[in-house]
Amino acid sequence: MGINRREFIKLAGLSTLFGLGGKAAWELLRPGQLEAALTAAPKPLTAKRWAMVVDMRKLDEATAKRCIEVCHRIHNVPNFAKPKNPKDAVSPEEQVRWEVKWIWLEHFHNAFPGMDQPHMAERLQHMNFLLLCNHCDNPPCVRVCPTKATFRREDGVVMMDMHRCIGCRYCMAGCPFSARSFNWRDPRPFVQQEYPDYPTREPGMVEKCDFCAKLLAKGQMPACVVESQGALIFGDLADETSPVREALKNNFAIRRKPFLGTNPQVYYIV
Amino acid sequence: MADYKNEFGWFAERPQVEKKIYNKYAIFSGLAIFILVATSPLWTNAGRDIPAPKPSLDTPAIQKLADKDRQCVLPTAEMRARHMQLLIDWREQVVRTGNRVWVSPTGKKFEPSLTNTCLGCHSNKAQFCDTCHNYVAVTPNCWGCHLDKAPPTGKMAQAEVK
Repeated sequence: MGINRREFIKLAGLSTLFGLGGKAAWELLRPGQLEAALTAAPKPLTAKRWAMVVDMRKLDEATAKRCIEVCHRIHNVPNFAKPKNPKDAVSPEEQVRWEVKWIWLEHFHNAFPGMDQPHMAERLQHMNFLLLCNHCDNPPCVRVCPTKATFRREDGVVMMDMHRCIGCRYCMAGCPFSARSFNWRDPRPFVQQEYPDYPTREPGMVEKCDFCAKLLAKGQMPACVVESQGALIFGDLADETSPVREALKNNFAIRRKPFLGTNPQVYYIV
Repeated sequence: MADYKNEFGWFAERPQVEKKIYNKYAIFSGLAIFILVATSPLWTNAGRDIPAPKPSLDTPAIQKLADKDRQCVLPTAEMRARHMQLLIDWREQVVRTGNRVWVSPTGKKFEPSLTNTCLGCHSNKAQFCDTCHNYVAVTPNCWGCHLDKAPPTGKMAQAEVK
């Protein structure tokens, strides 16, 4: 014989109560057990669509160089001009050929080909633009990667799984912004001071900017944004009140090679 | 029936050749020497007892822990058997989903990180990781990229020495 309606409702109510109170009861019986290890873990920064605005009016060259310096330091990016041991020194041609860069400087006609004109504002012509991976909405590097080592996260960050990269360099051929670098040789002798919180790379891997995904997970802004003192603006493009949207609302901004259809998400206010 | 034709002609008798091994002495002594040399690693190591490695748990971080907290993220036997699978799971979780909190079956939370969580306690990579890996002759390629926070001791896994 099955249960009657009254018993069923009693049971359902009791189990709902228990379900709601489960965690609280656990906390009461064994306090602190659930949160034992990660008590002070900061909340990660999340967004629907991360984007960056580079305000070139505020960004002077010294600041830009400091941004590059801090980015390359915390990501263990090798500098082939400065080996740890002088006997590892490489020729200037090899320094150019093997260069690894996550964020770098370029003149207007190189950064924005197709937008330069014969007679341009003199200020722009000699300006060094701070370039980095555009974290495109339609990233060609993700499309061509045969191992899915490069992928687009839900929040728009184009990430790399270095464990999975086989070094085929399709992504480098696919990326129209030269945002990717290949490790032609072991970078460790050329990393001045190894930053312990980020791995180095091995020869045969491609690497690029990842919008400091590791710092975002810790609740911090990307290193270059912090270093730029307001010249780089980072935020959620989907959120109308975010500083990125504010900056784009109030200023005219350009993007690198938008006509290629990759929909880059780094904006430049010139 | 005899061959009606062979390489010596029609109905020819085959020449009688004495059945013997020429240069017997040189061949067999050469063979013996070859077998001895080829199996020499077996002879030299025969009867030698190579003790199983005892990875050292004596690090400042572990010493500091209270006795009841002195346990790994999973039971020791399970860690011994499948720490590599756990590391792969952690890697997939962190890189692919971006979730940097791992909850162990007992409900404790950990940061899934080789350098911070594993080496945070086992700061003696040379005595902890490398002794076993050398013993079973495996060379995981973690350390090509991931950094060992401890100062280098000069003792590395064999294949890591470049």
